[in-house]
Amino acid sequence: MSIRGKAAIVGAFEHPLREIPDLTLPQVHAEVARGALADAGLSFSDVDAYFCAGDAPGFGGLSMADYLGLDLKILESTETGGSSYLFHAGHAAALIAAGKCSVALITMAGKPRTGGAGPGGSGGIGGAPEGPWENWWGITVPGAYALAAQRHMYEYGTTSAQLAEIKVAASLHAQHNPNAFLPDPVTVEEVLDSPMVADPLHRLDCCVITDGGGAIVMVNEEIARSIGNGRAVKLLGHGEAVKHSDRGRIDLTYTPARWSGPRAFEEAGVTPADIDYASIYDSFTITVLETIEDLGFCEKGEGGRFVSDGGLVAPHGRLPFNTDGGGLCNNHPGNRGGMTKILEAVRQVRGEAHPAVQVPNCRLALAHGTGGNLATRTGAATLILGSEDA
Amino acid sequence: MSNLPVHAPRVNAETKPFWDGTAEGKLVLPHCNACGFVIWYPRTFCPQCQATDVRWEEASGLGTIYSFSITRKGRGEFREAGTYVLAYVELAEGPRVMTNIVDCDPDALSVGQAVRVVFDDTGQGSALYRFTPA
Ligand SMILES: [Zn+2]
Repeated sequence: MSIRGKAAIVGAFEHPLREIPDLTLPQVHAEVARGALADAGLSFSDVDAYFCAGDAPGFGGLSMADYLGLDLKILESTETGGSSYLFHAGHAAALIAAGKCSVALITMAGKPRTGGAGPGGSGGIGGAPEGPWENWWGITVPGAYALAAQRHMYEYGTTSAQLAEIKVAASLHAQHNPNAFLPDPVTVEEVLDSPMVADPLHRLDCCVITDGGGAIVMVNEEIARSIGNGRAVKLLGHGEAVKHSDRGRIDLTYTPARWSGPRAFEEAGVTPADIDYASIYDSFTITVLETIEDLGFCEKGEGGRFVSDGGLVAPHGRLPFNTDGGGLCNNHPGNRGGMTKILEAVRQVRGEAHPAVQVPNCRLALAHGTGGNLATRTGAATLILGSEDA
Repeated sequence: MSNLPVHAPRVNAETKPFWDGTAEGKLVLPHCNACGFVIWYPRTFCPQCQATDVRWEEASGLGTIYSFSITRKGRGEFREAGTYVLAYVELAEGPRVMTNIVDCDPDALSVGQAVRVVFDDTGQGSALYRFTPA
């Protein structure tokens, strides 16, 4: 059985703020839920399935179902860090296709700037069996991702200037987003001149740290038709994969997109060449580079050349990506960039991205999430989204 | 001893043979008796064949740098540590192990460089394994 076309995203909402000092974490979840339901023309009482991840406070889904007053047939809280919401979307589509539910709500929120990320909010691994072997070496998130960058440079000759091209493309898009945390375009030279956070990664190779949140609503075909506003975005394919330390022989040059991508493309019946727009998880520039290779947009090791010369710049680059400015420039709420990847892909398929970055006649979009840590354990999910006639 | 923070790990029954070895200046690795796999991280479960019958054998303490990064300003215990090197070292026995490269010029390190293990005593019956250019 395939999920192809069985479920559609009919509601999407991104919190407009990047600092939210006056709301609690449950309040932000509630605001984005309300926003996504309003976008769909549905109400809280229509929801029969709820999905959230480790950013939800307290007991997670159970606490939030109580807070929101949801009466549920399905509750699901897969936790893979920032990619969780793409896992959720895939699972929601499968559950909808199986008839287990008909209206699925997925929310996320975080307040690292004004309130802490909350329990589990930033990948704490207290009590994890791998802890003693990773915790005593001064590991930081940039220091760990820099290990991946260093090895990719060693094996394939990737350069810091090539990584910088990714930030430059994101910044060119962010200038059109009035809510972007970093709205000013930057040059390759400015990226290379920014302070080294962890060699070989510069400060501008890193994503932003923002408060925020987002939500989507997914429904079955029948409800999507009855809403009938021409804005439904069909889920055509989903793939997910886990890459761990590979039994103590980790290879830092690839991500689990190598497996999740083909699974999603096969289900959707399309190839990388068919994709009009891609939201690529961008915790760091190296995350984007490795993912583009792994998804098959270019050969392994060719990512540096692929992203150069405006390759990622919308609307006319080889692969227009992250047209909202992405996590690198716009929003990485709660240190989790997966939801915002779905949201911009939905805008592109609907034709509702900013006119300066809207890909003409965008019928097929890809959204990809990479959660956990590229240097240890990673969970990735790929979604293929399509317009109503796709 | 390196000049980096030395955090005493919490030792349990599953990991005690490893940490006991470090206190004696030895890198002792679990080997699977069923399939011969050299297990990392240390545990009594073979992730290759799922057997639980392991023996502990001293490793050579030699390896090469698989990858490394240089942090100028750490966090937490490492806030005052100055510039330090986080690395994966590929042991001669196969596993790739997260660690620090110490007693070195960070800017002179390279991927593939030969290193050997050194130990920082925690004072609590264990030592942290770090590596230095061989
Ligand atoms: Zn075995």
